[in-house]
Amino acid sequence: MEEKTVKPENIQSILATDCGSTTTKAILIEKQGNEYRLVTRGEAPTTVEAPFEDVTKGVLNAVKEVEELRGRTLLDEDKIISPQKGDTGVDIYISTSSAGGGLQMLVAGVVKAMSAESAERAALGAGAIVMDVLASNDGRMPHEKISRIRHLRPDMILLSGGVDGGTISHVVEMAELLRAANPKPRLGMNYRLPVIYAGNKKAAPEIEKNLSEVTDLSVVPNLRPVLERENLGPARDKIHDLFMEHVMAQAPGYKKLMDMTNAPIMPTPGAVGSIIQVIARNENISVVGVDIGGATTDVFSVFKDPDSGEPVFNRTVSANLGMSYSISNVLAEAKLENILRWVPFDINETDLRNRIGNKMIRPTTIPQSLEELKIEQAIAREALRLSFVQHKSFAVGLKGVQKERTISDTFDQSATGETLVNMMDLDLLVGSGGVLSHAPRRHQSARMMIDAFLPEGITQLAVDSIFMMPQLGVLASVHEKAATEVFNKDCLLRLGTCIAPVGSVKPGKDFVTVKLELPEGKVFNQTIPFGDMILIEAPYTPVKAEIIPVRGVDVGDGPGNAIQTTVYGGLVGIIIDARGRNPFALPPNSAERVQKLQDWSQAVKEFES
Amino acid sequence: MAHAYTPGLKVLAKTMFTKTRRLPLKGNVKVNKGDLVKADDIVAHTDLPGNVFPVNVANFLNVDPSELDDFMVRKEGDVIQKGDILAETKGIFGLFKSSVKSPVAGTLDSYSKVTGQAIIREDPIPVNINAYIHGIIDEVIPEEGVVIRTTAAFVQGIFGIGGERRGAIKILTEKAGDILTADLIDDSCKGKVLVGGAFMTLDAFKKAEKMGVEGIIVGGFNYKDIKDIVGYDIGVAITGEEPVQTTLIVTEGFGEIRMAEQTFNLLKDHEGEIASINGATQIRAGVIRPEVIICLDEKSDDKIKPADIKGMDIGTVVRVIRAPYFGLLGEVTELPHALQKLESGSMARVAKVKIYEQNKEVMLPRANLEIYETK
Repeated sequence: MEEKTVKPENIQSILATDCGSTTTKAILIEKQGNEYRLVTRGEAPTTVEAPFEDVTKGVLNAVKEVEELRGRTLLDEDKIISPQKGDTGVDIYISTSSAGGGLQMLVAGVVKAMSAESAERAALGAGAIVMDVLASNDGRMPHEKISRIRHLRPDMILLSGGVDGGTISHVVEMAELLRAANPKPRLGMNYRLPVIYAGNKKAAPEIEKNLSEVTDLSVVPNLRPVLERENLGPARDKIHDLFMEHVMAQAPGYKKLMDMTNAPIMPTPGAVGSIIQVIARNENISVVGVDIGGATTDVFSVFKDPDSGEPVFNRTVSANLGMSYSISNVLAEAKLENILRWVPFDINETDLRNRIGNKMIRPTTIPQSLEELKIEQAIAREALRLSFVQHKSFAVGLKGVQKERTISDTFDQSATGETLVNMMDLDLLVGSGGVLSHAPRRHQSARMMIDAFLPEGITQLAVDSIFMMPQLGVLASVHEKAATEVFNKDCLLRLGTCIAPVGSVKPGKDFVTVKLELPEGKVFNQTIPFGDMILIEAPYTPVKAEIIPVRGVDVGDGPGNAIQTTVYGGLVGIIIDARGRNPFALPPNSAERVQKLQDWSQAVKEFES
Repeated sequence: MAHAYTPGLKVLAKTMFTKTRRLPLKGNVKVNKGDLVKADDIVAHTDLPGNVFPVNVANFLNVDPSELDDFMVRKEGDVIQKGDILAETKGIFGLFKSSVKSPVAGTLDSYSKVTGQAIIREDPIPVNINAYIHGIIDEVIPEEGVVIRTTAAFVQGIFGIGGERRGAIKILTEKAGDILTADLIDDSCKGKVLVGGAFMTLDAFKKAEKMGVEGIIVGGFNYKDIKDIVGYDIGVAITGEEPVQTTLIVTEGFGEIRMAEQTFNLLKDHEGEIASINGATQIRAGVIRPEVIICLDEKSDDKIKPADIKGMDIGTVVRVIRAPYFGLLGEVTELPHALQKLESGSMARVAKVKIYEQNKEVMLPRANLEIYETK
């Protein structure tokens, strides 16, 4: 690709697009004084499919909309003018893409809980959808694995296995299965499937012997060189390179798009992952981010490893939990009763199933009536909840690691491979994607996130205002200052803070006392009974807080211990969720449950009265 | 500004129609450009590589993989029958031999001196692709398939289950708004493609399948009944491979929704003629809609035009594709520029639509309208 670089300090304007499965979004960032700000956005239908079959058409349409809205020239016919001269053109153009089904990968390792899991983590971290994970010990017969490999037709395969210098036979056996299956790529019949080998380096010559003739093999350093350490970087980088060279190059119009951009095109989720990591690093906090789309839901997290104290990034993609194309799968996985428990009115079961089915086959429709909106938001809660369950079981410490145990550990039964997701430690929960970013009231987004994720203790809530995290993610790789400034000022909308004591008492009994020193000298001081939700409106400024739970209930400093801290309001405010945790339960009786749902909605002003 | 609307499903009385018939892997094309083909004619053929069975010979014989050359009885490339000895130890004075037999018939593809594994490949699986419709070979895609051109009446459904089938059209309900019940299905329906109205009961589908009906085209169906038919929830709308005897094509959506008059009348006009139908649906990337193709003897030069080239305008006939007013037809009377607030509280681009059946004008989000294409 031709390099068209302007020195970072001289960059005046940045154009970024994200080519999604249905819509291509464009944003324009300009330097105003000393800071970078979002100035406008545009969108147009994605044009990867027939009759256009050229992604750049949708990109140019979206840019044209930006041009019209901003009132300045960015295009010279079908070229983006770069660098900026006077009021014309932009200094950088970058893009992400998830069009055409994104990056679909098959990963293979030797031991399911070790090298295969590390390989899966590398693929997910690079922004892929993992179609299947094969391992020597996954319980399938060899011929079943072969027929699975043949059937899947992925974009790429990542093979790992064995620590450096260890036995090679198992990983070579996996390579033999791959060769026997002679896998074919998803797009096009005329090129060989890219395979990345990131396993025991001693096995590399045998792997080459097996795979170099039937696949396009790349060998990178082992992603698990020793049991105690993962080295996912080289495999992830290779995935990105091959995504550009092979997958994107096969997709309609992408060669043209690659020539237009100043940085490699990133898979959308990979870009969102990098911006989440930037926030966690810059603010030294633990973060959970979620992007709920039409077909998939991605969850990202950065938590500190309790042993090393190092931040660990994880991403999971729930490939069939989304709000349109795969909405019926949310129903299938969550089960009807779990969706119904969030619907604040009575509804006939057949009717609900038909409505969900119709959304699946008419994915671009939007809820017109309030009733339809409430149903969609009930389904969203379950899609988010299930995605988070998957994330928690995947975001774990390394398995199979020998741990030195001391006397004090004797009473601590924690094993290797425990989830890193500790909700009490979570500082910030960020929501993104249509149902969260475009909810008619931000209060609804806050409620959906609280109900689905059940944050514990004190957690800040935010949403991506217009879903521009992907573009900012790729921007972070070329201009981190601009990315973080726009992220903080224009992208991240601070909704407020959720205070959720952990524990339970009898319904109606005192649960927690909260004292807040609000702006303009106002004071909030109230004891909240168990089972209630309360909203205190407050802007995004520091608020001194004293939180005193009843005996046995924890808000972050151990059961029964009061804490003094600073919390922040936001567009919604401070929500005290006294419905309890571990367990959190809704009334089993339908009439009682509907009443409770309505009470909570009213208490947090979820819908306009 | 970008247009946000859904291109409609096609209901075309006479059109020039092309169908690509492509092999799953490269193979041989059996016809030439300009050939006339019938629906059952084979147009392309390939052999899928046979199934592969790995056998860990070294483990079975309890020998080191690196010494495998000494024990293999068959060579790479040898044709073998099920039960043939692949490898054996020499034993002591010819006694106490251990051997490994092939679990399947096929060819010894390879064996590895690193893992001790032998790979046996079964015979190739032949795949023939038929023409599916009558027509003329318009294009040959070398080694991959053909494009067949025909003149046809063409109807797209919104959702289907089951694959390609053919049969004569038989109209079972009097009107587009009637319900197709089990008592309407009898022996005369065998081998036919049945057309119903607004809804079909589960009992009716089950009876049709039992009777040997090839396919059913109906306005609406209950989503929960799909699970009863296929045995699992269809979570993502990618269908066509379901193990059903009768292909089902739903033209409007889930629930009781009157079949569009245009669709019903077109099918009625062709009662008794052979239809090629396919329930395969894919809503995501690379949209595939279930289809009904009725090949005509006459010629037409009208090609199917991609609907999303032209936008929605005043006077455009639209169909509402979400509650309320789901399934009703109307005409766009106004396209306000500014976003408007919906009852749900969302801001959206809207269109004022005169709903024919109720003779009233309502504001509806443009995203919930689909252009109703009749030409």
